[in-house]
Amino acid sequence: MDFTLDKKHEMARQLFAEFAEKEVKPLAQETDELEQFPEETVKKMQKLGFMGIPIPKEYGGQGCDTLTYVLAVEELSKVCGTTGVIVSAHTSLCCDPILTYGTEEQKQKFLVPLAKGEKLGAFALTEPGAGTDAQGAQTKAVEDGDEWVLNGSKCFITNGKYADIYIIFAVTDVIEDAKGRKNKRFSAFIVEKGTPGFSFGTKEKKMGIRGSATYELIFEDCRIPKENLLGVRGKGFGMAMHTLDGGRIGIATQALGIGEGALQATIDFVKERKQFGRPISAFQNTQFQLADMATRMEAAKYLVYKAAMAKQTQKVYSVEAAQAKLFAAEAAMAVTTKAVQLHGGYGYTREYDVERMMRDAKITEIYEGTSEVQRMVISGNLLK
Amino acid sequence: MKIVVCVKQVPDTKNGVVFNPDGTLNRGAMDKVMNPDDKAGLEVALQIKEKTGAEITVVTMGIPDADAVLREAFAMGADKGVLITDRVLGGADTWATSSTIAAGIRNLDYDLIITGRQAIDGDTAQVGPQIGEHLGIPVISYAADVQVEGDSVIVQRQYDDRTHKLKAKMPALVTCLAEEITPRYMTPGGIFDAFDKEVTVWGRNDLKDLDDGDIGLAGSPTKIAKASDKVRKGAGETVNLDPTESVKYIMDKLNEKHVI
Amino acid sequence: MSLEEYKGVFTFAQQVDHKLEGVALELIGKGKELAKDLGTDVTAVLIGSDVKDLADTLAQYGADHVIVVDDPKLKDYRTEPYAQALTGVINEFKPEIMLVGATAIGRDLGPTVSARVKTGLTADCTSLEIGNFPLNAPEDKQKKNQLLMTRPAFGGNTIATIACPDNRPQMATVRPGVMVKCEPNKSAKADIIEYKADLTENNKYVEILDIVKEVGKKVDIMEAKILVSGGRGVGSAENFKLLEDLADAIGGTVSCSRAVVDNGWLPKDLQVGQTGKTVRPNVYFAIGISGAIQHVAGMEESDIIIAINKDESAPIFEVADYGIVGDLNKILPALTEAIKAQKAEA
Repeated sequence: MDFTLDKKHEMARQLFAEFAEKEVKPLAQETDELEQFPEETVKKMQKLGFMGIPIPKEYGGQGCDTLTYVLAVEELSKVCGTTGVIVSAHTSLCCDPILTYGTEEQKQKFLVPLAKGEKLGAFALTEPGAGTDAQGAQTKAVEDGDEWVLNGSKCFITNGKYADIYIIFAVTDVIEDAKGRKNKRFSAFIVEKGTPGFSFGTKEKKMGIRGSATYELIFEDCRIPKENLLGVRGKGFGMAMHTLDGGRIGIATQALGIGEGALQATIDFVKERKQFGRPISAFQNTQFQLADMATRMEAAKYLVYKAAMAKQTQKVYSVEAAQAKLFAAEAAMAVTTKAVQLHGGYGYTREYDVERMMRDAKITEIYEGTSEVQRMVISGNLLK
Repeated sequence: MKIVVCVKQVPDTKNGVVFNPDGTLNRGAMDKVMNPDDKAGLEVALQIKEKTGAEITVVTMGIPDADAVLREAFAMGADKGVLITDRVLGGADTWATSSTIAAGIRNLDYDLIITGRQAIDGDTAQVGPQIGEHLGIPVISYAADVQVEGDSVIVQRQYDDRTHKLKAKMPALVTCLAEEITPRYMTPGGIFDAFDKEVTVWGRNDLKDLDDGDIGLAGSPTKIAKASDKVRKGAGETVNLDPTESVKYIMDKLNEKHVI
Repeated sequence: MSLEEYKGVFTFAQQVDHKLEGVALELIGKGKELAKDLGTDVTAVLIGSDVKDLADTLAQYGADHVIVVDDPKLKDYRTEPYAQALTGVINEFKPEIMLVGATAIGRDLGPTVSARVKTGLTADCTSLEIGNFPLNAPEDKQKKNQLLMTRPAFGGNTIATIACPDNRPQMATVRPGVMVKCEPNKSAKADIIEYKADLTENNKYVEILDIVKEVGKKVDIMEAKILVSGGRGVGSAENFKLLEDLADAIGGTVSCSRAVVDNGWLPKDLQVGQTGKTVRPNVYFAIGISGAIQHVAGMEESDIIIAINKDESAPIFEVADYGIVGDLNKILPALTEAIKAQKAEA
């Protein structure tokens, strides 16, 4: 076993870290304060290939691996959680399912511009009545000649309004099982912004990742061509779950980055800040807190990297992804909270990044499967 | 068109500077980066490549690990890389370094040689012009902008209070300023490709027309008598004087430190 | 030819547009000291077109001789004809020491000439003295009367002292503003030696297409060598006039702390500190700045920090090299006048 990055990945990390430091960090505070989607940063990332890192070159991507993608989200999230999730949602939740389930035509038409950075992607599963419980979904797609007709709405959609291409899950069939219970069957569709009948509802006002655009999507007799059905009709739920396994690696990485960013900010702070005539880094409480924080983030890092390697080499990686997300998200929350505490009163002000990081960290315990859902996945596998 | 870009791997000062007990830099303990002015020079070359299709060969001299800067150059868009490395070349001053690199460049075809103005470890700004001198070609240093026109290179050359627009016939050597030129980022895919590329490695014996008396520590006219860590600031002093005395105090300090 | 045959301290007397640079006179001042230690004299090398009349000034500042290379080809600085001229002088007169100012011109000319005459060159020196080399060798193993050249490297993080024991001349470029000029002797007349250099046009001659002098460059506090920085204690936007006057007098730039930006007294691009810019000028005046850690983080790397604050417990005094407890409204105008007066004298 080798726990060090090779030179190639180390260089990639340097690239992402330099970009994050120079291009993303200076805007992080403003992005949060103004709840502003960082369009310019996204354009820069698109130009540099950051939006297609693990996608093969023949589909317009960079031809790198999952680990490289994870390094990108990690370094971006160290300075700005918003920027991290934009890349994660685009890559894991939009590019990846098209790469996995798309036809060659769909890949050429949709994946190539996504991976090249000409288009931005999003993914919509959650509905007002269906979060963790997918069976509550109401959005329907009905076949009509050469088209599908979508009706319903989706909520909490990351990259909403700014994305050009959306993966939409809708009920296409209802099956009655042996006991007479109705069971909804989902299918996935690729829907382009600008399609008549597809509009955006309210923008969510969030606690954290406030620059990421979180919108409601509304479908009113939205007609999309038949060839935009992604994968097999009725198999959408399995596709969504598998896609979320990948997405959870992205969010675990976002959490990892946020926690590491808060740790570094705290290390810098405690060396500077003086109380009782000496830097607070000289106090044992500070030292022990930092030790715990660092150890937690190190553990999170290896779970995240392990999940990235699993996605690269295994067909199924649900447990690895769930463990990485569960642990990294809770570590990020704990570490950012300690970071604020060690900053004292300053940490509670918006002048200091840890205040934002603590708010940003909270979402990683919630979206793309709450920590409770991750525990269900992990224990389900133990007890099967 | 063929462009040679000279780059140096230097210690990164971002996370502070680490010293050996004798006051010399502990290079091994510091991260290493491509020297900023050299990176600006590479950017200039890449912009010329975009316009003219020029082929870019990047040359570096250093320890075997210095191939990292060549990989970085590949990931930014350079075509070929040469690493000049040999124990006998170590300890070189600017004369010996420029003699050695010039000998390496004689093995290559070139129309234009681009270097950075100076490296952040030595801060001498000497190696670029001296390479040009050894090769007998025109040198324009302190370039803020470089354009190729036909068989000439047109350069905006910065002086203290003015800019000269200069035209030199190629082959020529230009040294570039990081302040005026923002280098592009690598791309992730470029990094992956960079590690599949071959780096040409030359030792002493691959360098022709190079006298043994002009290389390495022995071939360096300048010798280090001593090196030390910068004298760190002691605790400052605070005075409480009347305004006239205060002004006199400040003036004394400004004069003492040659500020005015 | 043996090294002992090289004699005398030579300095390059840089002129631009028929105006001598300050460093040209500073080099003569330093050269005099070195020459005294060596028992020799100082020769200034003046290169240009129609510049002979500047020779007396060089003599007034202490040059024992002035070699003048005068040619229309040398009107505006270009590397090659200047390198031909200076190389010609060195080969003809064989100085043991050749000093050049570390200006944008000197740092171009120096390396070219040193490579051409095959000698060492030490860049950007801040101290020069005559001594023995190696420093700690037994006396009989030391070379006597060597030029020991001290220079900062690595952005000022290290200091190295360098010798050039086996090649002549010993060449150095010297940082402007560090060496001290002699008191001028107004009646001195130059001992002029006119030298006709071989200025043959070759492939290395470049063509000057245009010369643009820069006026009104955009203010960048990160590039400034001297910053006059004000904080809340300055009191008002109008009162920043005191800082501007000081900055004008000393050749600096005005910057500020966050409170000043928040009050709308100065624009954000002049703000130093954690949410502003990180600066490391040669001199940082912290005026009416309390020294919150957010501010200090952006300026503590400055070479010299001079703080003026009426509150003697202000944390800024913990990082200042020189702290003055007092009223900025009284100190600043007087300081500005004192600087102006001294500059007028020089």
